Amino acid sequence: MPGTTGGREKVMDRDAVEATLRELAGLIADRTEDPADLMVVGIRRRGVELADRIADHLERAGFAPVDTGSLDITLYRDDFEQVGPRPVIGPTELPGEITGRRVVLVDDVLYTGRTVRAALDELADFGRPRRIELCVLVDRGGRELPIQPDYVGRRLEVPPGRQVAVSVPDLDGDLCVCLVDTAEAG
Amino acid sequence: MTDAAPPGAGLGKDLVGLEGLTGDQIRTILDTAEPFKEISERRIKKVPVLRGKTIVNLFFEPSTRTRISFEFAEKRLSADTVNISATGSSVQKGETLVDTARTLEAMRIDMVVMRHGSSGAARFLADRIPSNVINGGDGQHEHPTQALLDLLTLRDRFGELDGLKVCIVGDILHSRVARSNIWGLLKVGAEVAVCGPRTLIPLGIEELGVSVFGRVEEAIEWSDALYVLRLQLERMKAGFIPSVREYNRVFGVSAERLERAKEALVVLHPGPMNRGVEIDSDVADGPRSVILPQVTNGVAVRMAVLYLLAGGRPDAAEAAKQGET
Repeated sequence: MPGTTGGREKVMDRDAVEATLRELAGLIADRTEDPADLMVVGIRRRGVELADRIADHLERAGFAPVDTGSLDITLYRDDFEQVGPRPVIGPTELPGEITGRRVVLVDDVLYTGRTVRAALDELADFGRPRRIELCVLVDRGGRELPIQPDYVGRRLEVPPGRQVAVSVPDLDGDLCVCLVDTAEAG
Repeated sequence: MTDAAPPGAGLGKDLVGLEGLTGDQIRTILDTAEPFKEISERRIKKVPVLRGKTIVNLFFEPSTRTRISFEFAEKRLSADTVNISATGSSVQKGETLVDTARTLEAMRIDMVVMRHGSSGAARFLADRIPSNVINGGDGQHEHPTQALLDLLTLRDRFGELDGLKVCIVGDILHSRVARSNIWGLLKVGAEVAVCGPRTLIPLGIEELGVSVFGRVEEAIEWSDALYVLRLQLERMKAGFIPSVREYNRVFGVSAERLERAKEALVVLHPGPMNRGVEIDSDVADGPRSVILPQVTNGVAVRMAVLYLLAGGRPDAAEAAKQGET
């Protein structure tokens, strides 16, 4: 069969992703005056592990233990009527009161912006952060809502019929970014 | 999208009973209930997923905990709810079930939770209206959400339902709670036994793979979990048991009897309890009791069922039914 790796093209390997996460942590650190104020919250599923890795880099860079959390936005999606229920919902775990804190949301890929919209709504139900920032490993454009990231690891042009697949060790056994055919992204 | 699941996770349009579900479908409901537990611990106990859905709680029999539990579940999912009870409604004026339901449908509802005194009422209604129907207890047939919350409570305690030994004690014959639990427990791989007066054990129950204990002492020694049913006091008048005192002496679950139990044994009860009849207070309030966790889990399980059914469609329901046979 032509197309050797089944239409899967690796655009960032483990080292590249690690280096990018370190850079992202550096950018977040540059804007951090009070480390105790900071909370790094990953959006389920792959954002959670990326958030943990960014927090590790922040801690290695000398910041006090960084509060991390996770957000499952399934119940806040705007496509329930179209798609119907998704039976696998993960827990939302925030490390404490978010009112008055600076929350950095972390996700793997920023595309339409609808996931981030849902995450902002969910956070608002927990309290009123002083500030919410958005950090993504990959921005592939194609926004359908007026949402922009504060920290971007890599901007990717994605041809029609392809999509971005981020792999993380706990879920996928590898740390990388690939372009895959939409049909087989399932 | 990448992680799209079939609508309703294959549950179909309605939840009438556990008899028609597979073990996997039951496990899906329990897994879905897990994250819903946390929502009830939030300061703002509400998520927007069922915003704009109208749910009618149609109760033809008195119920406090089931109705309130459903109502909490519905409100925590942001649905709009209307409660109708048989007293003081047109039901009392002789309206038929189908007429009541069609009248409600004409007001554009999305889901009905129904409790009814007749076995089969939930299926009857589900087959006649396009809205989702959830059985909140129909006669002596089934009470599926009760059994689901019981399974969730047992899974919380033991981690695993496969191989768990559960004995249901009391009036098995007339109990929809027992019936739903027997189906549910068997489908997830638990071992099920029943114990009670011979007059209140259905004939031929062994054919389902259920063991029968004549003495509650034997049941207690065998069990990992003891499910104590409420003794309906009208059973005495109907001649099924000689007296309440006699019942308590022979089948009552007391702390003294539990001394012979396994260390990890837990006691469940669907409520409301007749303290001093089927269960003694020192057991109901003791360390083995998971009666209050059952109530807490009831809200989470009902949220999961409402959520999973809300997106279900008739075509998916048909496919699911055919897959079962």
